[in-house]
Amino acid sequence: MNLTVNGKPATIDRKETLNITALLDELKVAQPEYVTVELNGEILERDNFESTVVRNGDTVEFLYFMGGGN
Amino acid sequence: MFSEEQIERYSRHIMLKEVGGKGQKKLFDGKVMIIGAGGLGSPIALYLAAAGIGTIGIADADCVDLSNLQRQIAHHTKDIGVPKVFSAKEKMTAMNPEVRINTYETWVNADNITDIIKDYDFVIDGTDNFAAKFLINDACVLTGKPYSHGGILQFDGQTITVKPGESACYRCIFPTPPPKDAIPTCSRAGVIGVLPGVIGTIQATEAIKFLLGAGDLLIDRLLTYNALRMKFREVPIRKKPKCPICGDNPTITELKDELEALNVCEIGEAKG
Repeated sequence: MNLTVNGKPATIDRKETLNITALLDELKVAQPEYVTVELNGEILERDNFESTVVRNGDTVEFLYFMGGGN
Repeated sequence: MFSEEQIERYSRHIMLKEVGGKGQKKLFDGKVMIIGAGGLGSPIALYLAAAGIGTIGIADADCVDLSNLQRQIAHHTKDIGVPKVFSAKEKMTAMNPEVRINTYETWVNADNITDIIKDYDFVIDGTDNFAAKFLINDACVLTGKPYSHGGILQFDGQTITVKPGESACYRCIFPTPPPKDAIPTCSRAGVIGVLPGVIGTIQATEAIKFLLGAGDLLIDRLLTYNALRMKFREVPIRKKPKCPICGDNPTITELKDELEALNVCEIGEAKG
């Protein structure tokens, strides 16, 4: 499956569909519990991570907390 | 309306068709509130003073520490131990004595923030913790005050401008703050000293453009920057109908301090 992840092409070596939780795991996203996920321009509710699947051609953005400023 | 000296001082602005004499007058009549006088706050304060923003507020309860000087360019070695707002005001006034600078030697909290920001046209978040970042978002959304969010960590930065009611807010992206200690801070994880210069300068640019009514604000798009890869990216963000504060059925209707997001040592400071 070919995705665009944070602007870069990413190939997931899987035939079956993948939900967001599994995708975070597959891509080894650090601290997945605090990452905001945007799928095709829509920010997902965390409660829907299990029920939302990615498909070939999807665009995914991971948005991270940045709390610094000092 | 401007003296010859002022025309000379702002000549490089005045010759821009997007600014001109009228625009420079708008800047001089403009009021911008900067929350945080540290890494982000330093370049913001200096550039806004240089630009001739007529009234600038700056809030911070911290004093200058030796470890700040690697990046907080409004503060000099002689300022160690001095409240940051006074140190910043001194440099801003030295650069441009025409600018009125209001200092607030306090941490913002749910009780004081509405009062602090109410007389300003635009607010800039230059704080270093999630409790303050969420509080600033909430106060600006609830009072309809446009503001610029900025965040930095290590080699990464992010910024977005929020026009409440019109564009996506910080909680459209991040509905709730992370628990305390979950996300590293600059003081524990480090930050490359030039990073707040890049992000803070973008935030100051947004304030200037807002006052001028020129160009396109950084709304509905999160700008991310990685200094190591030297890459800027723009992530489109839509205003979220389910946003807890600016959505269709908001669950947040009044300000409260996000104490869960504070580190234990910071709770007293935020409440104080």
